[in-house]
Amino acid sequence: MPINVLMPALSPTMEEGTLAKWLVSEGDEVNAGDVIAEIETDKATMEVEAVDEGKIGKIVVEAGTENVKVNDVIAVLLEEGESNSDINLDEVKNSTASEQNNQDDEDEGDNKDSAPQPQQNVAQAEGKEIKDRDILYAQGKLIEPPVFDEAKFFEDTTEKTVREALRDAMADEMRADESIYLMGEEVAEYNGAYKVSQGLLDEFGAKRVIDTPITEHGFAGIAVGSAFRGLKPIVEFMTMNFAMQAIDHIINSAAKTLYMAGGQLGCPIVFRGPNGAAARVGAQHSQCYASWYGHIPGLKVVSPWSAADAKGLMKAAIRDPNPVLILEHELVYGQSFEVPDDNDYVIPIGRAKIEREGSDVTIVALSIMVGKALEAAEELAKDGIEAEVINLRTVRPLDRWTIVESVKKTNRIVVAEEGWPFAGIGSEVTAVINEHAFDHLDAPVARVCAKDVPLPYAANLEQLALPQRADIVDAVRKVCYRDPQ
Amino acid sequence: MSKEKTTSKNKNSKTLPSKDEALELYREMLLIRRFEEKAGQLYGMGLIGGFCHLYIGQEAVVTGIQSKQIEQDSVVTTYRDHGHMLACGMDPKGVMAELTGREAGYSRGKGGSMHMFSQEKNFFGGHGIVGASSSIGTGMAFAHKYNEDGGVAVTYMGDGAANQGQNAECYNMAALWKLPVLYVIENNQYGMGTSVKRSSAGDLYRRGEGYNIPGERVDGMDVLEVQAAAEQALSYVREGNGPYILEMMTYRFRGHSMSDPAKYRTKEELSSYKDEQDPIVKIKGLMTHELDVKEDDIKAIDKEIKEIVKEAAEFAQEAPEPEAFELWTDVLKPVDGAA
Repeated sequence: MPINVLMPALSPTMEEGTLAKWLVSEGDEVNAGDVIAEIETDKATMEVEAVDEGKIGKIVVEAGTENVKVNDVIAVLLEEGESNSDINLDEVKNSTASEQNNQDDEDEGDNKDSAPQPQQNVAQAEGKEIKDRDILYAQGKLIEPPVFDEAKFFEDTTEKTVREALRDAMADEMRADESIYLMGEEVAEYNGAYKVSQGLLDEFGAKRVIDTPITEHGFAGIAVGSAFRGLKPIVEFMTMNFAMQAIDHIINSAAKTLYMAGGQLGCPIVFRGPNGAAARVGAQHSQCYASWYGHIPGLKVVSPWSAADAKGLMKAAIRDPNPVLILEHELVYGQSFEVPDDNDYVIPIGRAKIEREGSDVTIVALSIMVGKALEAAEELAKDGIEAEVINLRTVRPLDRWTIVESVKKTNRIVVAEEGWPFAGIGSEVTAVINEHAFDHLDAPVARVCAKDVPLPYAANLEQLALPQRADIVDAVRKVCYRDPQ
Repeated sequence: MSKEKTTSKNKNSKTLPSKDEALELYREMLLIRRFEEKAGQLYGMGLIGGFCHLYIGQEAVVTGIQSKQIEQDSVVTTYRDHGHMLACGMDPKGVMAELTGREAGYSRGKGGSMHMFSQEKNFFGGHGIVGASSSIGTGMAFAHKYNEDGGVAVTYMGDGAANQGQNAECYNMAALWKLPVLYVIENNQYGMGTSVKRSSAGDLYRRGEGYNIPGERVDGMDVLEVQAAAEQALSYVREGNGPYILEMMTYRFRGHSMSDPAKYRTKEELSSYKDEQDPIVKIKGLMTHELDVKEDDIKAIDKEIKEIVKEAAEFAQEAPEPEAFELWTDVLKPVDGAA
């Protein structure tokens, strides 16, 4: 299919501009990154770069044309083997308008008030088998996420809480592999501080389900040492806040050793526990560590929202030969979702999930914020704004592809996380959009984060400090240039 | 239990080694000595970068302990690690090539002096963070016990690391779970420039008392004393009694690292160790005076070691640097490659 070159926006508020000059003619070959045209507004001039390689098939908007609307097709690029006869000009001219009209055609069905559940069977890229995926990722490349046909797993499901799904996934994997063991404070006889390891001691015994003293630094290091010798520890931190005592081993010992050993000595280990704010537990027990661990090469970081996520990501983490952080959330432990029964429901790390399709704005969310984003999307739909909600699932390696593809469609994006704004997940997504989808933006990226203060205890202040559904709604309205409610 | 109780006197019986055993100990210590001297030289020439912590003076510790280990035992240490790698049987060429940052190094040039590993030789680093080896070694012991393979994790730390909090955490868990770990504190009397006297309360070998871990102070400048202590401690641990602490009193003849002017100790102190306590001189004296080893046999070893070290240095200078593409490899193991 010929590729449409669209009129880019110079700024979020720009709606139209002048196509000042073409630097190429019809029939010219161009490569991605070649400057092909100049556009200007009363404020600035900007160069338009080709985003794909091909031949300029048709210049749709002549040089010197004023008041060209943002996102109008200005030229058509032909790929190899295509000719001008492949271009359907009527289609070209209508394409932008028809996308904008989509929202009117959508039928969301029942808008029930209960906690929103993920949509199944949303259209999403199949993914791709890519050699040297980790290397391309490290180089900042935009690569398709791993292959995953998720819908097929949802043919047989059982309703479970997130807590049960985490436990069942651990138990499944422990049954299959004797070298897996669970270690942490209160994981055995107490059945888990949050009851995530309920029943595991009974099934697997004290050799494989081990209560530790309250010494995070020490037992994290012990787990790492045992992983160097081939065991596969699952280390539970009662909450991720306490893992700050152990972070030296997570980063310096677990994440860096494979590299420092020239690939010789790996560390197959899972560090997991509830992350982010619980309820009224104050500043020291309420931090989100997604961006902390997401920063570190050599680690993988996942953060489940639903019980299906919990199962699929837990299995992926345990089966992964690298150190993986699972950032869980206490406030969703008790929520129920449909969970695939299949023992091999393993969600590929590095693949996000579109939980809800939409055409007007993309909401990227993590962990508990996925639920809040889906609620916000329901509310926005009543106002005619169709939001696409992406459940990141993985923080590192971030599924840049799915985010960028969505923004190409919606041209607007809001990132919702429970962490603080500085150098957060939202900052990273903003950078990704800047690098890979800048010309697709109709508005600046908006971040919904925790307020930049330690989490207060008072109920009203806590509510204000944490990102809420209403904050997402407001941010979406802002990027859609709608008045605040 | 009484004989395992914490004691400052070495009660282990030191027996005279056979000629061959003595020659082997001499050979091992000399290899480390000559290797380290060469490393110091290459550092001075700018061929080795970063930090480079030499083991010169402390050779008896690792040599004596390693000589009493069995094949399935594993070793972990801190960043003063070249001697441990050689004692584990790692190839001097590969170690030296890592020091010069070459593809043929043990970590393919990505680790450097402080970060080398050999799964084949059960050597698990080489760790640059003071205190980390204690926890990692305790974890290796956890795996030995879990797998019931009869191995002991020989876990080295310096006197500086002995003060780290995680060390106490691991003593506790190792004793609680009766893990097969031998903690070897290499007390070279200075944590960088701070003497033990100025940094550490009490005695390091007694730090396990509260956890009922027996400890012992040993003359770490005498390889036979080290051997005797190691034999007894390793069998205690191997029999399932839990951890044991050996505090090896030793001395480094060089600075903390290559860039250390060592102003914190006197010339007299240093020369008293070099002149009177050198472990290599000691074993040499023993061989000639008590074991009747021929001068020629010793010279043959000197020559052999000289050659090995020369070859290692040449190899390390000639070996190519890693390809630029290697920058990107080994960050993560590919998921498909999971065993």
